[in-house]
Amino acid sequence: MRFLSGPRVYAYIVHRILATIPVMGVVGVAVFMLLHLTPGDPAAVIAGDYARPEDIARIRHQLGLDRPVHIQFFTWVGSILSGDLGVSIFSDLPVAHLIGQRLEPTFALAAATLVFSVVIAVPMGVLAAWKAGTWTDRIIMIFAVLGFSVPVFVIAYALMWVFSLKLGWFPVQGYKSISDGLGPFLHSIALPTVALGVIYVALMARITRASMLETLQEDYIRTARAKGVDNRSVLIRHALRNASVPIVTIIGIGIALLIGGVVVTESVFNIPGLGRLTIDAVLRRDYPVIQGVILVFSAAYVIVNLLIDLSYTVLDPRIRY
Amino acid sequence: MGSEPRRPPPAREPGAVEVATLAAPAPAGPSPTRGRPELAARLRDYGRRYPTAVAGAIILVALALVALVAPLIAPDPVRLNPINRLRPPSGDFWFGADFLGRDVYARTIYGTRISLTVGLAVAAVSVAGGLAIGLLAGYVRWVDTVVMRVMDGVMAIPGVLLAIALISLTGAGVGNVIIAITVPEIPRVVRLVRSVVLTIREQPYVEAAVAGGTRLPKILWMHILPNTVAPLIVQATYVCASAIVIEAILSFLGAGTPPEIPSWGNIMAEGRVYVQVAPWMIFFPGVFLAVAVLAVNILGDGLRDSLDPRIARRM
Repeated sequence: MRFLSGPRVYAYIVHRILATIPVMGVVGVAVFMLLHLTPGDPAAVIAGDYARPEDIARIRHQLGLDRPVHIQFFTWVGSILSGDLGVSIFSDLPVAHLIGQRLEPTFALAAATLVFSVVIAVPMGVLAAWKAGTWTDRIIMIFAVLGFSVPVFVIAYALMWVFSLKLGWFPVQGYKSISDGLGPFLHSIALPTVALGVIYVALMARITRASMLETLQEDYIRTARAKGVDNRSVLIRHALRNASVPIVTIIGIGIALLIGGVVVTESVFNIPGLGRLTIDAVLRRDYPVIQGVILVFSAAYVIVNLLIDLSYTVLDPRIRY
Repeated sequence: MGSEPRRPPPAREPGAVEVATLAAPAPAGPSPTRGRPELAARLRDYGRRYPTAVAGAIILVALALVALVAPLIAPDPVRLNPINRLRPPSGDFWFGADFLGRDVYARTIYGTRISLTVGLAVAAVSVAGGLAIGLLAGYVRWVDTVVMRVMDGVMAIPGVLLAIALISLTGAGVGNVIIAITVPEIPRVVRLVRSVVLTIREQPYVEAAVAGGTRLPKILWMHILPNTVAPLIVQATYVCASAIVIEAILSFLGAGTPPEIPSWGNIMAEGRVYVQVAPWMIFFPGVFLAVAVLAVNILGDGLRDSLDPRIARRM
């Protein structure tokens, strides 16, 4: 694999990195506005039904809601840029600290799901494209449509019922950190990964198949076959490499899907990650935590998509900048 | 205005006509004897070519009927009867009973109403909103720059999280759920409409209309809008499927439809604690949810194939 070089590519890379700034700016404004779009007094909403006027006043002051909006915004942006995401109303702990505590399970689950999905879906898509029109292709495509339609928590409960409650192969709930050993970690994360991965596998298998079908019709594939290159080489070295751009793109698009799925999966399997933190924060109306989590997830989405765009410079030298 | 050129037929019109006949087969026209066989033949032909679209449509119509006649085919979904609590499925309780002795069958049937309402409402509102913003963005350059930056930003916020956050602000309620799901869906529609507009506005017949002095609203209405219909119909089905899932997720997480309203997500949320002793509380609404989403998705796939044969050959 050769890396491209030259001023145009560097200019593109710099341009692409700079382009994330306005996106994160809009995200920042939207997240800031969340609190201020609340009908009525946000401090009263956060304080809940049983709050006394002095509680509301304290929360209002704590969140800086008693200052002009533009001052609030710039103070907020300034503290975020210095890594301060505010303080949780419920636990009085720094939001950045709470998020840091919960990062590992979420990251582990998302990464495991990505690896699982790519390992399963890409060969499935390649096989379907290679056997296009046959029963193998049809069965894979039926799975892809089904997998895309069954919501993650339905799959999660089905898996939990069969493999944990009936067969007893996996724990029903809970999470073991990777520091407890690889075996227990994988054991605890297997079912959540499969449950979360099904939709991703379905999506990626479909795109892989479509992309492969298109590539397999190219002249250079026919040339390779005519030269006597064996099937496996044609599929993997010639076709898959060239079909990889849409596959990588769909990974980026799917990140949003993955983040939504993580929240639900963590809730079903009782995994103490960012998703659980979000749900608990929503139920307690702990707005600084909600804002912090949304910022972190959005930043993850933006960064993953940035990396994917940059990966095209390596994957497809034909793309001109 | 008089110099406006003859409008070439949009490339996708034949497909759009087929869809229109599929979506509204009821009115037989002024001469039913001549209209009906032709319509039936066309429907049969469509069914042969795109069986999944027809299957999806049939399932959805069936679900819509179930939602409409729910009071006739199911008992009271909120009647408590503690003596029946956690009863397994039987002749009396087809889908079992929940932890308060309520009939899970009745609750699941009534849940169809919420899911379909939310799915259709979100699809309609986000298509309408996205169409308006997308047309404007595609045609007015300075609006485009601003709008697309905002859309990129909104798309960077994971939809489920944004919806959860909006619900936590506005409070539970079907209307709020619809708004909360619509907001993250709109950018997807805007992008689609904008890309169509950018392609069509370069077409010679649009340039001719501009040169002929046709005003912008008329160009948008007469030349651009018809071309967005086919892709928008397909996109609407995907938005609808996604909205049904997100509504269920929000309710399941306790941040959606109020718990006293039987929705599929709510029934499953109530069943979480009882998954070991009463799995039917999760199983039956789960199956309904999956079937509804599957039906919308395969309808969308079929429509996409029939409206855009180029993609159909590849997928």
